[in-house]
Amino acid sequence: MTAVVVDNVTKVFNQGRSDEVTALAEVDLTVDDGEFVSLIGPSGCGKSTLLRLIADLIEPSTGTVTVADRPAAQARREQEYGIAFQQSGLFEWRTVRRNVELPLELRGIGRAERKAKAEQMLELVGLADFAGHYPGQLSGGMQQRVAIARALAVQPPLLLMDEPFGALDEMTRERLQSELLAICAKTRTSTVFVTHSISEAVFLSDRVVVMSARPGRITASIEVRLPSRDEAGRQSPVYFDKITEVRKALRG
Amino acid sequence: MRRVVPPIVAGVLALVLWELTVTLGRVAPFILPAPTAIWRELVAQRGNVWDAALASGANALVGLIAGSVAAILAALAASRFRTLGEVSIPFAAVVGALPIIALAPILNNMFESTSSVPRRIVTAIVVFFPVFLNTLRGLREVSPVHQELMHSYAAGGWTFARKVRLPGALPHLFTGLRQASSLAVIAAVVAEYFGGLQDGLGARITSAAAFTAYPRAWAFVAGACLLGLTFYLVTLLLERLAMPWKLA
Repeated sequence: MTAVVVDNVTKVFNQGRSDEVTALAEVDLTVDDGEFVSLIGPSGCGKSTLLRLIADLIEPSTGTVTVADRPAAQARREQEYGIAFQQSGLFEWRTVRRNVELPLELRGIGRAERKAKAEQMLELVGLADFAGHYPGQLSGGMQQRVAIARALAVQPPLLLMDEPFGALDEMTRERLQSELLAICAKTRTSTVFVTHSISEAVFLSDRVVVMSARPGRITASIEVRLPSRDEAGRQSPVYFDKITEVRKALRG
Repeated sequence: MRRVVPPIVAGVLALVLWELTVTLGRVAPFILPAPTAIWRELVAQRGNVWDAALASGANALVGLIAGSVAAILAALAASRFRTLGEVSIPFAAVVGALPIIALAPILNNMFESTSSVPRRIVTAIVVFFPVFLNTLRGLREVSPVHQELMHSYAAGGWTFARKVRLPGALPHLFTGLRQASSLAVIAAVVAEYFGGLQDGLGARITSAAAFTAYPRAWAFVAGACLLGLTFYLVTLLLERLAMPWKLA
């Protein structure tokens, strides 16, 4: 089974109008089961658009998107993916636990099971003690962890993330990166991760997909095999080699 | 303490100044009675003030609840259907600016003279507009992230309204309710000036003034002030209870 297949997709915004923009042109992308793929490129290269196409939040102009071997629209309705954005997007009137419960609630899962699952997810992101707090009482990094717990709550086979650590400081960012890797390894989740940080992409990914702007296309796909994904991994020669390789690819 | 003390000190000072102006300046009571005279009347008439305040308070409360419920439902409908919302906002703004209280004599003729309904209808109409406009504004302010998130959960329009729009609109709704709570008391009291059943504070104020019993008229005015204040404070309390996350 493949997690995501994007087949010859073109996305044109405002088609037929004077402000017509081709955001993506003839994009092909395959994400294997359990694979962690980063999308990187300059702003305006369509990486967020590509993520939204996979999430079926927008529709392709031409081409097809397949998620978990079914059309993207069906996959969305069946909650085959969890999604997290740069802004945590928590609901301020819900406690942390009830925020994580929301996707379960919408699936019609019973109260007790919902609570148990949410608590389990909060445990996973290290926020079990904050279940009864409101989002306004948490720091930005903690809010983002809640958003990740929420994305994981339905235990989706696919995780879509749009610069989820973009607004965080470097320290928090590195800690959350390690946590995310641990969670993905534990839950065997496939991940598509949009970022504009080269080091983040290289550290996290099995494969870094490099995109260029106007129109957005995929210009390179770089396999990364770090010896280990921890502090030692961040110091390894392979890590620096891959950073250089991605940087060169971005320069074109 | 810092937030409570200054306004109380200012209020007491104003009362003292008022008392001194009236007694030292020999202001005639039909122009302005002294606060002590009003207080004496308020104590003497406390039974009457209480009964009249209950009558006016009941009218204001029924009108406030009916008008708010109608306004919230209308705002939900207007936020659900785009064109309805676009038409209704300027319309509501214009109608809301009209002196609705002027409808009271017409409504009084439509019902029996023993009916409390006309005053309640006037109150409900007055209450409707601030609640409607504020709630609608709140319902329309949905963050794009929440929108995408709910779309990704394949949530339908009604679920979206219930789980996201409505709780998100609560702060705006209460802004409207706070305005409406004071307006409700004003409308319920003033509507009596135009006839109808004469058992509330408005009727007592006019009849006391007609008998040139000015301190007594002012005592009922003070009763109306206290009633308005009560409504406002209860709304404030409800707001805190309804939105515990704002306190945290």
